[in-house]
Amino acid sequence: MAIGVKVMKRPLAQTSYLRATLKGMALTFSHLLRPKVTMQYPEEKSSKDWTLASRWRGTHRMLTDEQGRAKCVACGLCPQICPANCIKLVPGEDEEGHRYPLIYEIDEFRCIFCGYCQEVCPEEAIHVGVHYENSEYSRDRFVYDLERLTAQTHPVSTLWDPSDPKGE
Amino acid sequence: MTFFLISSAIKVFLVLNVILVSVALLTLLERRVCAWMQDRLGPNRVGPQGLLQPAADGLKNFLKEETSPAMADKALFTLAPIVSFIPAMLTFGVIPFASPLPTKWGVVPMVVADLPVGFLYILAISSLGVYGIVLAGWASNNKYALLGGLRASAQMISYEIAMGMSTVAVLLLAGNVTLSQVILQQQTGLWFVLPLTVAFLIFFISAFAETNRLPFDLPEAEGELIAGYHTEYSAMKFSMFYIAEYSNMVTASALMATLFFGGWDIPFTSWDSTGDPTVAKTLLTFVFFFLKTFFFLFSFIWVRWTLPRFRYDQLMALGWKVLLPLALVYITILAAAIWFLRVQLAWEYGRAMAGVLAGVNLLLLIALVGWLDRGRIVSGSMPQEREAA
Repeated sequence: MAIGVKVMKRPLAQTSYLRATLKGMALTFSHLLRPKVTMQYPEEKSSKDWTLASRWRGTHRMLTDEQGRAKCVACGLCPQICPANCIKLVPGEDEEGHRYPLIYEIDEFRCIFCGYCQEVCPEEAIHVGVHYENSEYSRDRFVYDLERLTAQTHPVSTLWDPSDPKGE
Repeated sequence: MTFFLISSAIKVFLVLNVILVSVALLTLLERRVCAWMQDRLGPNRVGPQGLLQPAADGLKNFLKEETSPAMADKALFTLAPIVSFIPAMLTFGVIPFASPLPTKWGVVPMVVADLPVGFLYILAISSLGVYGIVLAGWASNNKYALLGGLRASAQMISYEIAMGMSTVAVLLLAGNVTLSQVILQQQTGLWFVLPLTVAFLIFFISAFAETNRLPFDLPEAEGELIAGYHTEYSAMKFSMFYIAEYSNMVTASALMATLFFGGWDIPFTSWDSTGDPTVAKTLLTFVFFFLKTFFFLFSFIWVRWTLPRFRYDQLMALGWKVLLPLALVYITILAAAIWFLRVQLAWEYGRAMAGVLAGVNLLLLIALVGWLDRGRIVSGSMPQEREAA
């Protein structure tokens, strides 16, 4: 070799190619027989080693009251705080003075899933969900309207709680 | 004559199909064993346990677009996969895969062609395969493909010498190159792996280099050369290189089983080699041949997913500075031992002679392992040389 490479003096056990090769072969063979870590995804969505975190922030869900109406009072906090500007809210008011959303749409493509909307909501109406399977055949299906948001059934996210940082 | 023609035609058809199917299954085995060694499951979706995965891959390769590089040499570019594919298919022809099969019309030897030149034919035909690789590399007009082709030619020529030298040992002991005779010799005495252990080791290592498998897959070297000689190939042309590589593996494994592990011989019994041929013997000996071949095929895969690739100078150093001198010295010692036993003591090959040679080999093996078991054996230069420089 043209360049003077420093060669370390090491014990034979560390420099023998023969022993290293045999050791490697034994290692790969032992792995051949070990239990596999692969999760068979579409059939198996969680295992004892892995489940989706309860703090996962996925596509939204709007909770409803006993009469099946959205809990939303159209206060306008969520479109106000939304950093991606993905919530479209047009408020309405009925004859008794109750405010409700005339239009409530979330563009899930714009959404960055920060969960601020859930944190800011005074009525605990809008939530991010523990959910990740969102495929659709067309782009416009990703704008979720109020009907769709209330129809979702997946569990809602338990956001990070400063008083209980480890989620215990 | 008619019987010979018809039985040969049937054998050719069967062997060709068995090779192609086993190559297909081997690609699946490779991927699954690789996955298992990495604690994964591997392809298991297409068919039961992924058994139809090769069929899906084959279909995909048929339907894919055939790309043809604008600057490539069209004729050679098309010729190269064929030149690589045909020798790979031809070589298996002389390997006996079971004991003779009795039929109503006569006894059929279970080998496509029991050529008197035996494994010389295999050495000759298999080295033609390198033309396919070199032509592919050159005709692609791609610098990485060319480098792959160059490496392939240098590597295969280097290791062919060591491989040929190690088979000379078999020649010395068997006194014959016809593979059916080599098997017969091993049935009367011990399997050649015992009296010829060192030759087997040299052959084993060279077989990896000859089939371009890791740790000697420098012609492909996906980390350095994209895909080496078949970078520019797609669809079925690529697939032909792939099939050629795997069927070379099958042939090399079958050859190792035949030359050193008794071919279709069933160990610890003379039932299979003596007496009249029966169908049961044919089937059972085929099973044993399959198991032996399978063991070597598995070790090809096993080594591939264990060892890293050699550096190019290390590869050359191992071939020329270790394996070739080793083979030469070994032949000299073995020839002397065989001459002494056969000419001076007038022994025939049998248990006794094999035992004595096995003893000689054991001593040589201890010396060899002792010499190998030190640092930086394949780096090309010893530590003290480096310190002097």
